[in-house]
Amino acid sequence: MTLARWAGLVVALVVAAVAAIMVGTIHLTPRESIGALFGSGEANAVFVVRSLRLPRMMLAALIGAGLGTSGGALQGALRNPLAEPYLLGVSGGAAVGAVCAVSLHLTPALVPLAAAAGAVSAVVIALFVAHATHGRGDPRVLIMAGVVVGAFANAAIMVLLANADLSVVRGALWWMMGSAADASWSQVAWLAIYVTLGGGLLVAWGRTLDALSLGEDSAAGLGVDVERAARRIYLTASLVAAATVAAAGLVGFVGLVVPHIARRLGATGHRVVLVASALTGAFLVVAADLVARVALPPAELPLGAVTAILGVPFFLSTLRRLT
Amino acid sequence: MIEFSDVRVRYPRQQREALQGVSLSAPRAQITAVVGPNGSGKSTLVRTLLRRVDVAAGAITLDGVSITESSREAVARRVAIVTQREESAFPISVRDYVALGRLPHRGAWGRDTAQDRQAVDDALRWAEADSLRDRSVHQLSGGEWQRARFARALAQGGEAFVADEPTTFLDVAHEMTVFELLGRLARDGRAVLLVSHQLNLVARFADRLVLLHEGRVAAAGLVADVMRAEILERVYQWPVVVTRDPAVGAPALIPLRRGRGRGTTSD
Repeated sequence: MTLARWAGLVVALVVAAVAAIMVGTIHLTPRESIGALFGSGEANAVFVVRSLRLPRMMLAALIGAGLGTSGGALQGALRNPLAEPYLLGVSGGAAVGAVCAVSLHLTPALVPLAAAAGAVSAVVIALFVAHATHGRGDPRVLIMAGVVVGAFANAAIMVLLANADLSVVRGALWWMMGSAADASWSQVAWLAIYVTLGGGLLVAWGRTLDALSLGEDSAAGLGVDVERAARRIYLTASLVAAATVAAAGLVGFVGLVVPHIARRLGATGHRVVLVASALTGAFLVVAADLVARVALPPAELPLGAVTAILGVPFFLSTLRRLT
Repeated sequence: MIEFSDVRVRYPRQQREALQGVSLSAPRAQITAVVGPNGSGKSTLVRTLLRRVDVAAGAITLDGVSITESSREAVARRVAIVTQREESAFPISVRDYVALGRLPHRGAWGRDTAQDRQAVDDALRWAEADSLRDRSVHQLSGGEWQRARFARALAQGGEAFVADEPTTFLDVAHEMTVFELLGRLARDGRAVLLVSHQLNLVARFADRLVLLHEGRVAAAGLVADVMRAEILERVYQWPVVVTRDPAVGAPALIPLRRGRGRGTTSD
């Protein structure tokens, strides 16, 4: 990947981040925004920037970075361009957890925890099923196990929602479409820990991922303990994705599309692909969240829908050039 | 030297052992070729070296050191394996691909050293793949891809070299190139273990042959001792004649048409 493209990516992210701070119901000039960032100027503007827009922008960036890295790592480990964390059951499991929490009228603070627990359980079940049926970490079996666990989770959600109150359905649906609207600094802090640690580990395992993406036998010939390495990568990538889900619900399409865009930008080798995916993902979700917030005021669009609406044309254009 | 002593392998949920006490050795500076019909255990042999299947009994040693007592990286530093099939799921440059051969030396976390870079450059030159270094592995022809794979295995730098069916899908010229590369590896002093279906090419290039049949060694020794019609007919269950290659004098196998008897190959 050329230096100019790295620079372009960073500039795009910075522009989106600055726009996310300036634009909204209260428009701020660049000068007012910078002032507000440092706590000077109108109290209202300071509050909007420091307590609402900045944490929200950072949360969006972390979600994008986390899902992008997670998707890139899973595509490499599973040797499948369609792989992404949601395919391994993360989304289905998280949704079941969240819907259960909403149906049981638990306090809203517990919903993310229930979602994360659901996501982790689904991934563990998928890994266990793949291991039990095949013994060795065949990527195809793992993908099938993930898809089947996801399908089961979706069916469970339908059953749970069939007789639920409309308010429960609406709450669950909103959550399943993702949103960074409730961002808080504490959320930003703990998601930053997950994304930095998990994403850092995945980047560090970049060479192992390169070997795995040649195939299991080839990776084994290079001294990689294929099953153990793949298991570590699945679990780490899924945990990072589960953390983003707990923070903002299901933000679809990012894990799938972002690594392809990064590769399209010229990134090869998983260390580079994963770092570029983190930047691209951060840009895509920050931009999508801005659109979600300002496109149809005063309503907010669901973030997961906007990422897909922005991501699909982008993805299709890269697909056209790939073939 | 690669040495298998009485190696037994049984796949899960299979009645028959895939390897039923196989012993063979591939000494340095020679090409030892393993041949045999489909399902005779050739690929299982390679998978034991990759440690992708568990060895139920027996031992596999590299220069006297058991592979199960060494770390996977240590084994990968000693023996480089060109597997039967390989396709990079994502595009990567040939240079970066060959550099993956250094993975067992620098580990997943380590940095590229000058020695790593030198090994990669030497391997590219050796396999005549230097001109491909900036190409994507997805843009290579079958022959170029095989040269890149040999370069990667060579960058691993081991004293033993294993190739599993390296000439599948290659045309005559590329087939010959691969066999000549294998010959050079042996002349450089490496122990070369070759698994192949190409009996006639193997007979020309290999120093020793091991014929596998249903998980057992049916015959082993010098090429002329194994390339014999009665042995090959029994193992392959097909009428054959073994003659001499008129160009180089090596034993050459001609499969006959069933039911037409010897010498009646023309219609």
